[in-house]
Amino acid sequence: MLEGIYTGLTTAFLPLNLLLVFVGCFAGTFIGMLPGLGPISAIALMIPITYGFNPSSGMILMAGVYYGAIFGGSTSSILINAPGVAGTVATSFDGYPMAQQGKAGKALALAAYSSFSGGTIAAIFLLIAAPALASVSLSFQSSDYFALMVLGLTAVSAFAGKGGFLKASIMTLFGLMIATIGTDGSSGVQRFTFGRLDLIDGISFLLLAMATFALSEALMVILKKDKVSKKAEEAAQGNLGSLKVSKEEVKDIAPTIGRSSVLGFFVGVLPGAGATIASFLAYGMERNLSRGKEKERFGKGSPRGLAAPETANNAACSGSFVPLLTLGIPGSGTTAVMLGALLSYGIRPGPRLFVEEPQVFWSVIISMYVGNVMLLILNLPLIPYIAKLLVLPRQILTPLILFFSLIGVYLVSFNTFDIQLMIFIAIIALVLRILDFPMAPMLLGFILGRMMEENLRRALLINDGSYSFLWERPITLTILIITLLTVMAPVFSYLKQKRSEKLVTA
Amino acid sequence: MKKIKKIWHRVLLFASIGVLSVVAGVAFNSVQAADIEKIHFLIPGGAGGGWDGTARGTGEALTKSGLVKHASYENMSGGGGGKAIGYMIETAQRQQGTLMVNSTPIVVRSITKVFPYSFRDLTPVAGIIADSAVFAVNKDSKFQSWTEVVAAFKDSPRKVTVGGGSVPGDLDHIAAALAMQAAGGNPKKVRYIPYDAGGKAMAGLLTGEIKVLSTGFGEALELAKNGQIRILAITAETRSKDAPEVPTLKELGYDMTFANWRGFFGPPGLSDDHVNKYLSVMEKMYDTSAWETVRSRRGWSNQYVPGSQFTAFLEKQEKAISGMLKELGFLK
Repeated sequence: MLEGIYTGLTTAFLPLNLLLVFVGCFAGTFIGMLPGLGPISAIALMIPITYGFNPSSGMILMAGVYYGAIFGGSTSSILINAPGVAGTVATSFDGYPMAQQGKAGKALALAAYSSFSGGTIAAIFLLIAAPALASVSLSFQSSDYFALMVLGLTAVSAFAGKGGFLKASIMTLFGLMIATIGTDGSSGVQRFTFGRLDLIDGISFLLLAMATFALSEALMVILKKDKVSKKAEEAAQGNLGSLKVSKEEVKDIAPTIGRSSVLGFFVGVLPGAGATIASFLAYGMERNLSRGKEKERFGKGSPRGLAAPETANNAACSGSFVPLLTLGIPGSGTTAVMLGALLSYGIRPGPRLFVEEPQVFWSVIISMYVGNVMLLILNLPLIPYIAKLLVLPRQILTPLILFFSLIGVYLVSFNTFDIQLMIFIAIIALVLRILDFPMAPMLLGFILGRMMEENLRRALLINDGSYSFLWERPITLTILIITLLTVMAPVFSYLKQKRSEKLVTA
Repeated sequence: MKKIKKIWHRVLLFASIGVLSVVAGVAFNSVQAADIEKIHFLIPGGAGGGWDGTARGTGEALTKSGLVKHASYENMSGGGGGKAIGYMIETAQRQQGTLMVNSTPIVVRSITKVFPYSFRDLTPVAGIIADSAVFAVNKDSKFQSWTEVVAAFKDSPRKVTVGGGSVPGDLDHIAAALAMQAAGGNPKKVRYIPYDAGGKAMAGLLTGEIKVLSTGFGEALELAKNGQIRILAITAETRSKDAPEVPTLKELGYDMTFANWRGFFGPPGLSDDHVNKYLSVMEKMYDTSAWETVRSRRGWSNQYVPGSQFTAFLEKQEKAISGMLKELGFLK
């Protein structure tokens, strides 16, 4: 193994490969920043370019593009509330408010540091334990995934600020309902498609995210123009705020980064989860763990709320390479494209990969680490320039956002119906926003809903319609107990508070 | 100064040699005129999928071997491929130079009325490759042969869970149901567990959640070579040279073959002349090294079914599948 790591190191540090990581990160960041274009499109674009390369170099370039695209996605999430990638939706929850408060520079820097730490810690896990972890990814069955999705739903409480728990719950249910549109995977029956071909595959997550975030936000700016105080706008536009992250802040987010990397990595290892779920789970976990004032800052520009999903999505990206490289199972859309690329080099990933092609195996893992370092070096100095985007006058920025969001979604499907649907959804979202309904819980419900239903029904099919797996499978039971504790925690602390008050009055 | 001039001359010299050779190259190429000037490929799904790979791989082989001068690609997803078929039909006049890639689902989905079209609304050009269905079990499974699976199924069908990467009533389910029917079992009793992708179904087999996996040969091959799963039977006519130890259903005594083909379709009313032109380049393509590179890279098996034979093949498959879907209760 040490020998393998050594060959990997020497391959990854060849000048050509270092250059490729650099080019990959740069191109990826750029593509990822465009709303709608994510790692899948970025990697798919690279495949024809890398045909002539040797496999290690090709994979190194693609790993760079992958990380770059995820990082780029968080940039547009933070600056214009247009998540370019599903995995960075949660980043916008606290990143965008920070940018609005004139702390765009700090938010971008925090995102860069968190991404770096998450990616690095996960790459180390990968280095040490990749072959051993393969078995972990195979211990999760459908019922366990179902439990994991239920746990994910508890993150909804994170959006319940401003006494809007009811509204948040309504929106989550709304999201769950939207998730049922399309062909039902368990029976093949079409639901709520109104006989339209375009709805057979359901509504894409990206479309929904762009319509409810980027589009409706951009339109909201026009509608609510007077309400935004001139001062705040000036603060947001003229001043990026300092890039410096203070010592206290580092101390504040360090535990968050530690927890989120571990969580993100393990969620990434599971073939049915991935970066998006990981980022939502990490966000929910951080919010549930925090107390008092810190808790109230979530959704209004909390550094922890930004660091958690950013760390987790990068860690999950590294994690998703475990089932890909060691088992040959693609756990996500992106790794499926990666698998296609590997196959086109004549490399078939599987347990024998790191025996037969140690050079490829280890150089990919090591280049992930190099890619993370490269991203940090590349992006920190660029932040002031990237953030200049916000200085654009609103009358230019708003149409640009509208244009790129619509084009971004269209470029994935080449279906004009998607544009009509997007506008329709954006109008509904606009009305809901004016009525003060939060959008994030709806996305949470949407993304978890489909997988939750699918896994529950599959578990029921396998278990002959009996719900006994809920308490018979140890993993399912453990996750459900954690869920229950998460939900009950506020009640307990409330009771405790009551009791101590009683003691004082007595 | 003089030195600089000399260098400048040399640069000029090299530049003109370069330009000349490019011109010569172009001239040479046009002497070796391509058989078809341009093909536009319409892909009914997104980038990176099976259809995408087939169209781009074929296009690559055709252009690299010089049979076609230029190939372009257009992805149009939606409606399980129905969006692109509708587009081909509506804009047939403009699509004379367009080939749409498709596969077995066009037959299944027209039967189940996912979209209101069938292959008859287009001009079938040729089937290019095929991927046979296989049945695999986990390496720790008690099943050592397909006959044992059949026996267990006949004994108590509920205990044999069969997973696949498609919705019920689609490819993987149909393959399993046809196989059980050929063995004299009741196809309706097959306990099919759907997953949303082949990779996730494979993970399901590895976790032990399902007993048998119904999938494409290409998708199962490598994990079988690694010893994580055992392929018990293949639905091809003859054994595959990539896995010669796997018996066919036919030799086990069950008369059934099934393959997911991939091929190309032209717009409705495409002239025979045009079809023959396509067929002549495709026929030549199989002998080129460019095709062999693409084919082996992707693990495809050649299965060339040209023109009218292709239409007959589709009609036969349509009959078998709609019969099975009726049996399974998906069609009335």
